[in-house]
Amino acid sequence: MEFMSKIFSLAIAAILVKNFVLMRFLGLCPYIGVSKKLDSALGMGMAVIFVMTMASTFTWLIQSYLLIPLQIEFLQTIAFILTIASLVQLVEMIIQKTAPALYKALGVYLPLITTNCAVLGVALLNINEKLNFIEAILNGFFAGLGFTLVLILMAGIREKLDKAEMPKAMKGLPIAMIIAGCMALAFQGFAGLKF
Amino acid sequence: MTIILYAIATLGVLGLFYGLGLAFASRKFHVEVDPKIELINEILPGANCGACGHPGCFAYAEAIAGKGEEINKCAPGGEKAVKQIAAIMGIKAASMEKKVAVIHCQSGGYNNTYFRYHYQGIPTCKAAVLVSEGPNLCSWGCLFQNDCIDACKFDAIHLDKNGMRIIDPQKCTACGACVKACPRHLIELVPYAKKVHILCTSHDKGAEARKRCGNNTACIGCGLCVKKCPVEAISMVEDLAVIDYQKCVSCGLCATVCPTLAIIDPLAGKRKKAVILEDKCIGCTVCAKKCPVQAISGEAKKIHKIDLDKCVGCEICYQVCPKAAIEMR
Repeated sequence: MEFMSKIFSLAIAAILVKNFVLMRFLGLCPYIGVSKKLDSALGMGMAVIFVMTMASTFTWLIQSYLLIPLQIEFLQTIAFILTIASLVQLVEMIIQKTAPALYKALGVYLPLITTNCAVLGVALLNINEKLNFIEAILNGFFAGLGFTLVLILMAGIREKLDKAEMPKAMKGLPIAMIIAGCMALAFQGFAGLKF
Repeated sequence: MTIILYAIATLGVLGLFYGLGLAFASRKFHVEVDPKIELINEILPGANCGACGHPGCFAYAEAIAGKGEEINKCAPGGEKAVKQIAAIMGIKAASMEKKVAVIHCQSGGYNNTYFRYHYQGIPTCKAAVLVSEGPNLCSWGCLFQNDCIDACKFDAIHLDKNGMRIIDPQKCTACGACVKACPRHLIELVPYAKKVHILCTSHDKGAEARKRCGNNTACIGCGLCVKKCPVEAISMVEDLAVIDYQKCVSCGLCATVCPTLAIIDPLAGKRKKAVILEDKCIGCTVCAKKCPVQAISGEAKKIHKIDLDKCVGCEICYQVCPKAAIEMR
């Protein structure tokens, strides 16, 4: 039971209270770049969930069984980036093979996950917060879920905005920036949640 | 010391492991790509100028191979690229008229422009044009901030000794980047074969236009060229003479009558006159029908004559004669 409650609080924290995009300001490039259409936002979200979960798993293993025993924790960043880059490459290949339409929709943003600070961020935070293996994997998964939630909310709003009447100067990115700010303010409200 | 060795070994092993993993995955998840796309992409110039309407050369290659896009849209690649792509795609090459950019303004240098005020803002034409209709006295002419030169990816626009922009027709690929860059819309893509151009865009009336033009070569809207043109290719549009390049035969008659030298004719004095080779002429009357100035006379099945005083050297008869019986001398 204690384990379940721990997982639950982890999920609430990663998805809402410490949302990667709106509270930690990580992964902002795809947040603005891929949030024009609901389909591609969903695809991007799925890719990020997958990469974050995998990255959390592998980076935790590398940290615990390679870097700590050899006392070379200072290689954390480069080793993690190497791992994440390879993972993203793998995901890209798999998507290109199995879902060409999704591959086209994601376009340049898929390779961008390689250097996405959200992915590296979750890997480093797992270590910093001293999570155990299972928690680290779940934290990666929930962080991706939080990212996807925000991305999809944003895409939904922006799809509606396309049809809305507004001054010409506000169309496109300017209004997207304002919406992003409003969403961040709204998510600030979750900061009061405590368990 | 051991730490360094550990570090090197760890990263080396990790890199090797990931590299092998990816190599294996690329085999397993290999996607067959249409080899035509690669071939076409190699032929395209790779300037990614966007003249074809696609976001880059590779996207255009994909569109040709995959979606049956027209193959004659690459301006920089020109005729040569069209033929090569046609060979790859196994279709007949659609012909493509070679074009060149022309700046319809002879002013624009520091030495031949009158100024309203001294402009000290952001050094682009787009910014300068916003400050009370631009710093130069002529509201239609060149702003001399070089947006066109910056836009040109082929180094085809240069400044002459007066600071005027000159397009090098040898280097110009007619990609249209400068046409889009010019906020005064001074640049137009015209057929390469047409040589006579009206280099003014001013719609100002007569004396006003002349007073404002630093080069003193404004079109004053007198209409002499319209009357002189043998093929009715020039029309007046709000006090500005405009050439219809579809009709123009580059005879240069308009340039001879223009009182302000707004019309340039690089071929002036170099034109040859048409002469009929009597042994080859069969009297088919094709040339007489096509002559824009009625300089050719002669009945059917008899040798024709060309009135050299009337001939303007447009070479139309030379091109249409089925028996190659006309020479330009």
